Amino acid sequence: MSTDPFVLEVNGQSHEVADAHPGESLLRVLRERLGLPGSKNACEEGECGSCTVLVDGQTVCSCLVLASTAAGRQITTIEGISGDDGLSHVQEAFVDAGAVQCGFCTPGLIVSIGSLLESDPDPSDLAVREAISGNLCRCTGYGRVLEAVHLAATRRGGST
Amino acid sequence: MTDLATSKRTAAPRIGEDTPRPDGVPKVAGTFAFSSDLHHDRMLWGGTLRSPHPSARIRSVDISAAVAVTGVHAVLTNEDVPGSLTYGLEHRDQPVLAADVVRYEGEPVAIVAADNPEALRMAIDAIAVDYEPLDPLVDPDLAERADPIHPDGNLVRRINLIHGDQDVSGEVQVEGTYEVGMQDQAFLGPESGMAVPAEDGGIDLYVATQWLHSDRDQVADCLGLDPARVRLTLSGVGGAFGAREDLSLHVHLCMLALHTRRPVKMVYSREESFHGHVHRHPARMWFRHHADRDGTIVRVESRLVLDGGAYASSSGAVIANATCFAAGPYRVPSAHIDGAVVRTNNPPCGAMRGFGAVQTCYAHEAQMDRLADALGMDPVELRLHNALAPGDELLTGQTITGTAPVAEVIRTCADHPSGASMAVDPMELPGGAGRTADPEHVVRGEAFALGFKNLLFSEGFDDFSEASCHLADGVATITSACAEVGQGFVTLAQQITCEVLGVDDVVLLPASTDGIGSAGSTSASRQTWMSGGAIQEACGQVRVQLLERLAAEHGVDADDLVVADGRVVSMAGGLEIDLVEATAEPIEASVVFRHAPTLPLDENGQGDAHVSFAFSAHRAIVDVDVELGLVKVVELTTSQDVGRVLNPLQTIGQLEGGAAQGVGLAVMEEVLVEGGRIRNASFTDYLVPTALDMPPVEIAALIEQAEPGAPFGAKGIGEPPSISSTAAVAAAIRNATGLDLPRVPVRPTDIVFPEGAA
Amino acid sequence: MTYSHVSPTYDVDKMLNGRQHGGVPVTIATSLEDACAALAAEPGSLVLAGGTDLMVEVNRGSRSVEDVVALNRIPELAGWHLTGDELRLGAGVTFAEICDPEIAALVPALAQAARTVGSPQIRNAATIGGNIATASPAGDSIPVLAALDAVLELRSAEASREVPVTEFITGVKATCLMPGELIEAVRVPVLDGPQEFCKVGPRNAMVISVASLALLVDRSARRIRVGLGSVSPMPLRATQAEDHVSGHLDWDNGVPPRLEVVREFAELVASSASPIDDHRGSAAYRRHAVRVLAQRSLTRVLNRVSSS
Repeated sequence: MSTDPFVLEVNGQSHEVADAHPGESLLRVLRERLGLPGSKNACEEGECGSCTVLVDGQTVCSCLVLASTAAGRQITTIEGISGDDGLSHVQEAFVDAGAVQCGFCTPGLIVSIGSLLESDPDPSDLAVREAISGNLCRCTGYGRVLEAVHLAATRRGGST
Repeated sequence: MTDLATSKRTAAPRIGEDTPRPDGVPKVAGTFAFSSDLHHDRMLWGGTLRSPHPSARIRSVDISAAVAVTGVHAVLTNEDVPGSLTYGLEHRDQPVLAADVVRYEGEPVAIVAADNPEALRMAIDAIAVDYEPLDPLVDPDLAERADPIHPDGNLVRRINLIHGDQDVSGEVQVEGTYEVGMQDQAFLGPESGMAVPAEDGGIDLYVATQWLHSDRDQVADCLGLDPARVRLTLSGVGGAFGAREDLSLHVHLCMLALHTRRPVKMVYSREESFHGHVHRHPARMWFRHHADRDGTIVRVESRLVLDGGAYASSSGAVIANATCFAAGPYRVPSAHIDGAVVRTNNPPCGAMRGFGAVQTCYAHEAQMDRLADALGMDPVELRLHNALAPGDELLTGQTITGTAPVAEVIRTCADHPSGASMAVDPMELPGGAGRTADPEHVVRGEAFALGFKNLLFSEGFDDFSEASCHLADGVATITSACAEVGQGFVTLAQQITCEVLGVDDVVLLPASTDGIGSAGSTSASRQTWMSGGAIQEACGQVRVQLLERLAAEHGVDADDLVVADGRVVSMAGGLEIDLVEATAEPIEASVVFRHAPTLPLDENGQGDAHVSFAFSAHRAIVDVDVELGLVKVVELTTSQDVGRVLNPLQTIGQLEGGAAQGVGLAVMEEVLVEGGRIRNASFTDYLVPTALDMPPVEIAALIEQAEPGAPFGAKGIGEPPSISSTAAVAAAIRNATGLDLPRVPVRPTDIVFPEGAA
Repeated sequence: MTYSHVSPTYDVDKMLNGRQHGGVPVTIATSLEDACAALAAEPGSLVLAGGTDLMVEVNRGSRSVEDVVALNRIPELAGWHLTGDELRLGAGVTFAEICDPEIAALVPALAQAARTVGSPQIRNAATIGGNIATASPAGDSIPVLAALDAVLELRSAEASREVPVTEFITGVKATCLMPGELIEAVRVPVLDGPQEFCKVGPRNAMVISVASLALLVDRSARRIRVGLGSVSPMPLRATQAEDHVSGHLDWDNGVPPRLEVVREFAELVASSASPIDDHRGSAAYRRHAVRVLAQRSLTRVLNRVSSS
């Protein structure tokens, strides 16, 4: 069985999804049907945050969103964070601050941190730690990630 | 082959600089292809049926219902394995698919390929296996006396290390029994890959792994194929930490692809991943330390039992490390260490960052603190008093000929001022977001720990790495099968090449078994040294060829020529050639790099078995809510013996990341196994530190003393941070609570009910 | 530097081909009436609110999906309003919204509990109605709602009814929700007095509760209210402990009670628990933990009462 066709608005583009399995998560549809594998599947139970995307501007675990129920929402994935004009401040800061190792958690972290900086442009260390507490990273121990957030915050502040 | 990620630089990177990762941009953009992102238009989905029992006889396997599921293309069992029925890193003792018996929960029994994940799941569920469950052997202490659960027996390896005069004893003796729980590597990217059948009857396997050529050889053997027809290519690796040193889905994918003549992709779920790779060995350890009144250690006795689980994996090498480094980086003239690793029906254990040294470090450092206490001596002074130095002997009788700045590591770490203040926000107290503690409920503790381990492969293993360099039109193309698993080898490869050749442009070809020999495993903190060394040497040979050619062409002395910043110039002046022009005619060199040979251990565990050693120290400050048994690690300070820093940013990343895994083992990470069954095979219940659990890591010092034989003098740095960090955190909790805490991870109940009430 | 990396090719058109299935109705209800009608038509439907619990089971394959009714776009379920001393939270209010200072000022313990639910991503999706309907003994909002004597408004195509949360949950992951019925709203009183919520877990964030406790001061009723989490199959009020401590407090002058009273209270709280052993914690530890939490949270609120 599959669901009736539905349309997802992802990174400003409409995608018709014609034959999703009834239980298929937004993560699976993004990765396997829409050619957007940037959101990662590390646990599929909302514990690791590797699949974090924005739905109507809010961070959610796309593995816990039933794809068909996201129809009509504005979905932004990691692929939509870096636009035609290049990398975002957060993305650049991740490279420059050494916050990337294996990179599997990186897309989710970048989405979460981008969202944090929208609401709190100059967050304290504690605010950053709470904001990314749902994004597990196994390589970095979070030290360089915190550096990257502060670097991005500084650059954002300087650019506005 | 698409997606050539390019990161433009302004200046050529050099050794010692914060060169950014070449794969950084695609990784932050979400375009870096991990092994789970592989896609092929004609691909099928592969999956695995696993044993629900830790020990059972298989009476029958009925695949008929599974084959009948719409969309299913293959259902294969043990009978379909074309070549060797077993595989393994050290001993080929592990079945590709279980035949008549299963020896651990999660052991693969059958594999399926189907059009889509839903049909796959239905078909796996439809396979009927008739099991006769058996009583599992789950207590490692009973393994040697129990009936063998495997034809190879229940003892995987025993090392009875006898060193020095066995009749000495110390005036002061301390004794303790310690236990380490089973840790999971918990890499973020689950096992995944794709096999594509080739026209020559061979197979192309794209997979996330640590050691392509070892995989290739084992896969070829199990497929009954000439290794030349089995080509492995490294796909994007989402972390490894030891868990990808063994085969997992490799042979299964190839069998399905060869059978269906279609590309097959497989991705483990997180739950399956917990069953699908080896873990860090749980350990039970007894120690007795003897010392003189002045604190000089005179003898160490120990018995170690590691639980290897159902199959050997790398257990033999793990117990060697646990045994050889059991007493820590101290001068110990007399020792008896009885180290054994045994087989049980628990989940198989093998490589994880720190590889045997983590377990014993936790124990020997607890012993050192006990000894300091018994002597009334400062724990740091006791360590300094006994610290190894170059020229000293190890427990194996081997003399340290390389660098060993142990005293420097101790002093810099212990003397470093702490920046830890008292927490004010309840979020920063033990219990974190749960707001369980107020400052008056918290006791602060502080402690120090020291650890070490060997770098590179030991015990006479023929350890080598092959690399080639092709220089043409000013562009250096490097070929190496070294597995980049996140550690940053790709950055170092670029830095080394630029440093040696003075080029601006480096192309690092995909790691593959095709066209280059083995680089060895990305483990044992060895790739910077081994594959870095291979690249350095290959580039060096190209450089010599280039300069000799130019010298001949221009009638100058080759010794007078230098390459720098994309040009070849003569120091005497008068000659300046652009490198692009100078290399219009390509130059190439291939090298096989080997470290100094090692020897096997003899029957007493003695011998020059190791190449080099790296030392690290951690000081931990913790806040403990003693009443609730909750811990917040407030600060970690570390010093490490690194030989030479090749990339400061990546060095910091290794030290911080390794420490996080150490913190995890100290306070929360454990695969809970009951009756051979994993109780917490998920990220909901296997807890790894979040950003609110991990403290800042203060780097007190990176001790740079060039290591002979290592490229640029650089030692491997990946493992030490995971070794002494666990011991330091556990000791700091002891310091806060006054409890013995003979087991990690320290659970809330260990603090609340230290007598074992519950 | 050029770094080559083997990458798959994506051909979206081809990826979307090749599956022949029948349709499965997914109703994205945009009104309460729609949702009730869809549920009346297919009472066995999977009812999805935030999805953060159910989708875990769906992903694992342990819950089959046939008909789906999604509740996350129903305006009547979103939002909250205050009527006198009563706060009515739509069942679709998320935990992120409950953390908002405006709600936190009205039901501080609920906001504290909300902040311990999963991670920011989970709190953005997970709803209070979903947390109640899941009926896990470890549900973070449950002890607070039990302490508040929260009343649930249930609704189906045919009827509406009201059930106290303590009666709604009938066992581990079991409720009195009838086929075709859904939670419309949660009503709780706005109490006069400080509130505390504490949760014990072996990690500092994103952890399933091993034990939790909500303690609320109700000055007008001169009562301390205590709800417990993860120590019983159903929502649990420590009524004996409440009676004891409420009778021993100096409500008029705020003189702190003797330490012995606080200890007796904590003992009574612990004895009201009926915890189990599981892989997340032992029964003995859970009982011990609620004793400690009882003592600490009472001390906290009394400090605030006496300092105000």
